[in-house]
Amino acid sequence: MYVRDVGALARKDLLLELRARDTLPAMLLFVVATFVVFHFALPSGSSDLAASGLLWVAIVFTALLGIGRAFVPEREQRVLDGLVLAPCDRSAIWLGKGIATLAFLAAAEVVALPVFALFFHGLTAATVAAVVLADLGICAVGTFLGAMAVATRARDLLLPLLFLPLAIPIVIGGVGASIVASPGRYLAFLALYDAVFALICWASFEYVVTE
Amino acid sequence: MSPGTAQLTPVAPRSRISLPALAAASLVLVTLALVLVFFVAPNDADQGFSQRIFYFHVSIAITAYACFGLGAWKALLHLWKRDPRADLESYVAVHQGVIFGSLVLITGSIWAKISWGHWWLWSEDQLVLFLVLFLFYAAYFMLRYSVDPGPQRANFSAVYALFGVVLIPVSFMAIRLAKQAIHPVVFTRHGPNFGGWILVTYCVAQVAMLVLAYTLYRIELAGKRVDARVRELKEVLA
Repeated sequence: MYVRDVGALARKDLLLELRARDTLPAMLLFVVATFVVFHFALPSGSSDLAASGLLWVAIVFTALLGIGRAFVPEREQRVLDGLVLAPCDRSAIWLGKGIATLAFLAAAEVVALPVFALFFHGLTAATVAAVVLADLGICAVGTFLGAMAVATRARDLLLPLLFLPLAIPIVIGGVGASIVASPGRYLAFLALYDAVFALICWASFEYVVTE
Repeated sequence: MSPGTAQLTPVAPRSRISLPALAAASLVLVTLALVLVFFVAPNDADQGFSQRIFYFHVSIAITAYACFGLGAWKALLHLWKRDPRADLESYVAVHQGVIFGSLVLITGSIWAKISWGHWWLWSEDQLVLFLVLFLFYAAYFMLRYSVDPGPQRANFSAVYALFGVVLIPVSFMAIRLAKQAIHPVVFTRHGPNFGGWILVTYCVAQVAMLVLAYTLYRIELAGKRVDARVRELKEVLA
């Protein structure tokens, strides 16, 4: 039952994106433009390590762009009121939206990672694994905070402020996994982050959409 | 008595220790801690006189954690038991935590300048952690003041305060992963590696800071409650 609710909610967002194409093209353009900016921000002769770090900056900010858009249809069409009234568990709203956001971010990265490899340097398997693990954490926490931010007066302004302090551990884990020889500890840390924050988001989402 | 009086929130504090007694206790304890730190505790063999800032730096850091912990506990009480007073108490505790957290950054920065010659060291775990927490809890205030007072604001604040206590250990692990330690480790698995007057001074300073933080918490809470009460009375009269 729960799985079907989540599936229906995620499908709704994917369908909406397929028809309107609001978010994904913007994320793609943004991430490629960011790489070009980074190329000129790095003085020639900079090490590959610096570029590895910037990959994570690009991922976090691209994710922010997608998350900022995630709850806009819910707000504009007042869909959220209907969803809260629907006879399903409220955490399904978070999970469905999180899965849709994850799909957008993954789609953007399918293009962005090869472009990064083309512009800067090749990617290790550990980096790709870290990106996958980081995506889970980014979407879990980001979707949750996006639902809060959209209900405030500051809206778009607030989301990066709420999200970036929570994203610092993800960046540390991701950069660590990309640059060290044995990335096991960093990948394990990212997995732990995902598990802990997914659990707390899942348990407390109800309080974000109800009073 | 007007019919509106029944809706007013109670001002009466539920704690048993009176505020003047607390204020007097913190005055005595902080004075005692100052005397011990500057006149009784011996000079450190390596760092000399400047090491005395440790007694404040560490005890303030622990106090800040205690404030954030109290804020999260009250947030949990709000979400779980729907305690009507918990929202304000959680906010005030987080506010005190941010004040003490800023003091950790300042004292840590001074200590780093004297010991290592730099105002800021990315290699120092606690300083970096408090910077992350400072950013996180500054966003807490942005969030709180971006929502109109009411149940939704209370819920948002409570949920975000709970994220904070989860973020503390997670960030700590992350920062440990990110670097090698050059921060002097005072507490080891074999217990504190100091004794005598140093231990006594540290304990007194720690208790003094905790009592001071609790006193400030109670004062701010009392002020905020009176403020809310006055506003409600004005609405009843209007």
